[in-house]
Amino acid sequence: MKRYSALSLVRNALDYNRSWQTAWRSPEPKKSYDAIIVGGGGHGLATAYYLARDHGIRNVAVLEKGWIGGGNTGRNTTIVRSNYLWTEAALLYEKSMQLWEGLSQELNFNVMFSQRGVYNLGHSLQDMRDIERRVNANRLNGIDAEVVSTADLKRAIPSLNTSPDARYPILGASLQRRAGVARHDAVAWGFARAADALGVDIIEQCEVTGIDVRGGKAVGVETTRGPIASDRIGVVVAGHASALARMADLRLPIESHPLQAFVSEPIRPVLDTVVMSGAVHGYISQSDKGELVIGAGIDAYNGYGQRGSFPVIEHTLQAIIELFPAFSRVRMLRLWGGIVDVCPDACPIVSKTPVDGLYFNCGWGTGGFKSTPGSGWVFARTMAHDEPHELNAPFSLERFTTGALIDEHGAAAVAH
Amino acid sequence: MLLIDCPWCGSRAETEFSYGGEAGIVRPADPDALSDAEWADYLFNRTNPRGAHRELWNHAQGCRRWFGVERDTVTYRIARSFTLPDAAGAADGGVERDFETGDPTDAEPGDRR
Repeated sequence: MKRYSALSLVRNALDYNRSWQTAWRSPEPKKSYDAIIVGGGGHGLATAYYLARDHGIRNVAVLEKGWIGGGNTGRNTTIVRSNYLWTEAALLYEKSMQLWEGLSQELNFNVMFSQRGVYNLGHSLQDMRDIERRVNANRLNGIDAEVVSTADLKRAIPSLNTSPDARYPILGASLQRRAGVARHDAVAWGFARAADALGVDIIEQCEVTGIDVRGGKAVGVETTRGPIASDRIGVVVAGHASALARMADLRLPIESHPLQAFVSEPIRPVLDTVVMSGAVHGYISQSDKGELVIGAGIDAYNGYGQRGSFPVIEHTLQAIIELFPAFSRVRMLRLWGGIVDVCPDACPIVSKTPVDGLYFNCGWGTGGFKSTPGSGWVFARTMAHDEPHELNAPFSLERFTTGALIDEHGAAAVAH
Repeated sequence: MLLIDCPWCGSRAETEFSYGGEAGIVRPADPDALSDAEWADYLFNRTNPRGAHRELWNHAQGCRRWFGVERDTVTYRIARSFTLPDAAGAADGGVERDFETGDPTDAEPGDRR
């Protein structure tokens, strides 16, 4: 892999940009691998990268049924934060945050991680009590968090409607200054390129159609490009986790839902941070291109259709206009849906399974993008050692049997 | 927007309804007799199919009754609505309608084919 640098820009410019390498190879699948990752989204690519970098397992295939960056990795609203309430979740997302902070240098790929802060608004006395509780919990876990007043909000975000006459007046907010946004496509491309450079085979247009289990052990997968053997298989397929689990006769506590998002036409810089409201239920930031990036809650029904219903769009925009009345005349440019895999406790499953050598990383619901590097990091460790890291041990499949759920519906910021 | 066929009120907009998840999950008669894994399977595990899905809807802003819908989770096309049996398994008088024509079908009310 040729490294990207200012010098490489000059060198390639002199050559009329004819010598750029492709970012990753397109190899034919081998007959067998030391490890197979099913799903070439951000989490799967990160898993492959950390398997190769930290655990010396480089004979790895990432099998992607579509193309890199075509699934949820390219369909989210790019928000990165770690201000979760419960210690288990906070530490997992904070691990991710720490990896984000060095990720562009690490991958030699600019993921445009911008720590522009995330505000979670409170609209009632109870909201503010919850915010104070969460902020204090965050600080006890060493995560930066502060409570800000309406006056602070008015100064920091002039376009936000902080009037006491608003239908749902804003009483304050939590602020995590280290939180922000990243360029989602670049995250997929950066991890793909870095994993490829360490020897990982990224195989696109290769759908897994079966998982071979013999005597309680995973021995390989069936794919649209033929069978591939491996005794270590990690499944990271977000919305399709239940379908993959069924191939190994497992049942998961997961339901798949459409989650919609949209961007506006590009406008001048107007919002230099991220604003989320769990109460009026929407979240918004502005991309570097000037588009307002907007999202809200999932569609209530189960769905795999990568699109949702109009009432959810209407509800989302009502929330945004409530917060930012000035945006009422901005036109929406594109809308899309991703399929999120929602767990009953709004927390992920990063776990071994009853099948030896088969691992599942799923259930991230609406919060997967922010955890891309951390998810890959703990999942690689789990696959390499056949034992979870202490950060993801609480996120086992068994917690639904033992009852040790981690109820993050409050800090998930999106109603499930 | 889904157009959902309430067996009692007819076709109405999705916004009149609330969603109740997978249909046909029966509460175990004697929970104490179950292992933790069996209880967890009842509480949390879901089929979550890609394709035909039998699911519960409540006509929250209409007759406020629960009923079942068979819907494709990829195309979102609704095949049919059906009424639910009561605790004794008897039908509760709703009329099963064909979603395409709106005509009552000849299926037994409460039939869960």
